[in-house]
Amino acid sequence: MTKVLSIVAATLALTSTTASAGGHCAAGKTLTEGQFTIATGNPAYYPWVLDDAPESGQGFEAAVAYAVAAEMGFAADDVVWVRSSFDEAIQPGAKNFDVNMQQYSITAARDEVVDFSAPYYTAPMAVLVSPGATETEATLEALRELKWGAVGSTTAVPKLASIVQPTSDPLLYGDNADVNAAMSANQIDAALFDLPTALFLSAVMIEGSKVIGQFAPDASDNPDQFGMLMEEGNPLKACVDEALTALTESGELAAIEATWLQDTTGVPLIDF
Amino acid sequence: MAKLSLRGVVKQFGANTVCDGIDLNVEEGQMVCLIGASGAGKSTLLRCINLLEAVEDGEIFLDGEDIAEPGLNPQGVRARIGMVFQSFNLFPHMTALENAMLAPRRVHGRSKADLVGEVKELFTRFGLADRMHNYPDQLSGGQQQRVAIIRALAMRPEVMLFDEITSALDPQLVGEVLDVLLMLKQQGMTMVLATHEMGFARQAADKVCFLKDGKIIEEGPPEALFDAPEREETKAFLARALK
Amino acid sequence: MTTIKAAGMTRREVYEAQQRKRSLIIAATSTLVVVACLIIFVPMSPGWEKVQRSFFNGDVLSDTFPKLLDAFKINLMIFAWSAPAIAILGLLIALARDAKSPALFPLRIFGAAFTDIFRGVPVILTVYLIGFGIPGLGLPRPWNSPYIWGSLALILTYSAYVAEIFRSGIDSVHQSQRSAALSLGLSERQVMRDVVLPQAIRNVVPSQMNMLIALQKDVSLLSFIGPVEIFRQAGVFKSLTANFTPYVGAAIIFLIVTIPATRYADYLMSKQRKDRS
Repeated sequence: MTKVLSIVAATLALTSTTASAGGHCAAGKTLTEGQFTIATGNPAYYPWVLDDAPESGQGFEAAVAYAVAAEMGFAADDVVWVRSSFDEAIQPGAKNFDVNMQQYSITAARDEVVDFSAPYYTAPMAVLVSPGATETEATLEALRELKWGAVGSTTAVPKLASIVQPTSDPLLYGDNADVNAAMSANQIDAALFDLPTALFLSAVMIEGSKVIGQFAPDASDNPDQFGMLMEEGNPLKACVDEALTALTESGELAAIEATWLQDTTGVPLIDF
Repeated sequence: MAKLSLRGVVKQFGANTVCDGIDLNVEEGQMVCLIGASGAGKSTLLRCINLLEAVEDGEIFLDGEDIAEPGLNPQGVRARIGMVFQSFNLFPHMTALENAMLAPRRVHGRSKADLVGEVKELFTRFGLADRMHNYPDQLSGGQQQRVAIIRALAMRPEVMLFDEITSALDPQLVGEVLDVLLMLKQQGMTMVLATHEMGFARQAADKVCFLKDGKIIEEGPPEALFDAPEREETKAFLARALK
Repeated sequence: MTTIKAAGMTRREVYEAQQRKRSLIIAATSTLVVVACLIIFVPMSPGWEKVQRSFFNGDVLSDTFPKLLDAFKINLMIFAWSAPAIAILGLLIALARDAKSPALFPLRIFGAAFTDIFRGVPVILTVYLIGFGIPGLGLPRPWNSPYIWGSLALILTYSAYVAEIFRSGIDSVHQSQRSAALSLGLSERQVMRDVVLPQAIRNVVPSQMNMLIALQKDVSLLSFIGPVEIFRQAGVFKSLTANFTPYVGAAIIFLIVTIPATRYADYLMSKQRKDRS
């Protein structure tokens, strides 16, 4: 009897050492001990996640997620993926993820309700125009006259209002697919997206559409930076920030960006 | 020639024969009363005459024209034959005056202005001049039934059908409605009544028909039928009805 | 006894007045207890502070409320042109479904298919399919506007329901009314127009009021195809502030409109019940 107990105890001890070896900083701070739970969108879009399969590590955000996890001391097998909507991410109460990663722009107002990690990407805003409007000049004067659309839950909405200031009220949609549908139906001429999303939509989703320009992020007072979203006051934030800083300094983050996000220097800058 | 003449009228509802070969002559200005137990076929017969029910077989002549001819448009016939129902059936969303003016306006295409004088005259004649602008639910049962009669008369019908028009009334209101019928008789209106008012039938009818199981079993002047019925069924019915 | 007579009340009235007073006291006390429990115990729950910050944030509410009211004008506008169209189309479909002449048989089939389809598909799907689908056929602007086609989706769906209510109203008019009207020589059409429909419509007013209230809320579904009405505007504010308070603000605006309307519909319903009994 005692023998059995001691074997059980030894096994437990062994397991716990393995776990603590998995992450010094994160120990005791994750949802499930020894595991790093990351939420992504449903579905998750290219080029952030390839084929809606984040566990493959393919796609920019999926690759960053595994790099951060490794930096924090988690094996790839210890990364658990869940799906979440924006509303689930910000609702009060217990979360079902450690970090939530789906192109969340860091804003002061959001930061009061949830915590953000250090930024992992600075996104330029880009103008995607419908097949009928590809000849539009990339100037604010010309852009103002277009019929605009955007995804209602993104920071493209205030950016549109503050930078472009269109002459007619923009139409807003629930997700990229609906903007796509509205563009196909010729209900809108142009839409504002982060540049990687805009490039993807023009290349794959909306035939004949074109990205005619981008607004350089550093020229804005308030550039769009993506951060991992966490529950307000999550002690894990320090560990995630530390890992991101290390990845930035080592150049690994830049390398991931170069691998998964297309070279965007070909898209002309729009003065504003 | 009789004003209204029925020859072998048959009406069935499914397997149920409600009128089973009825022959009947109504002369101009006559008042004919149909008596008999409930379900004997009195109401259905009246509805057949007004073409509210399509007869299966037989002929119905109005001034010698067969109105039971299948395919004949019933509207013209109904405009010539007025009908009053047991449950009044006034249109509740119209005043008494509007009730009376609807059909002449729609069917004869007459204007309100053209009509209003003669319709008001009807209301006055039947003692309802002060009730013309009331809605049906503001009138007593007897008043409603008189309005229903006025509504039918406003079409200037040649024949009037009355389907147990006093059965839904409180006993003290029956008299005022029967008085209207007597007035109409004096004016020479041709009338067919289905009724349970034996006293009235005996006093006012020119001819009384006793119906049983969809057939006219016995008919004759009221004195003969009420005082010396020939058939056992008639005797039995009268014994019960006059008790 | 004499004092009661002096007050002009019978024994029965005195008894009933006492009973009313008693019920009032009991109702007031129990309401107070429930409200007190809500006020005292809900804030004691561990998550209350967070919930309050996310859903009942005064600063967010005062910042966003005027703009939500502004967006609500779009709802009112869409409602204002959809409701009459629904009433007319609903009535036409109800009449088509009751058409008796064999020449109108296709109309009857069409009416039946119409109500089956549009009652069977969730409104949001109809809004998507018509709102994006028909403009996708290549209509020029402004004829491909989501306002037009989204409204059409609402009109089609609600007409299907409204038509069924009209039909039940037509059925509720007693057969004897038809008989009486026919016996006067009126045609089927005249009977329908002058006798049956006026009564049928009056009978279904309370039910149709409830449809109007539902429509007022479902106008928000047009937000899915672009128009920035109150629900979308609240969603934008929610995203920007990561706070659900704008939704609560939108709900308050809806309630300001729908509660009086609902009360009125209930009043009509109970009045009708009384009239019938």
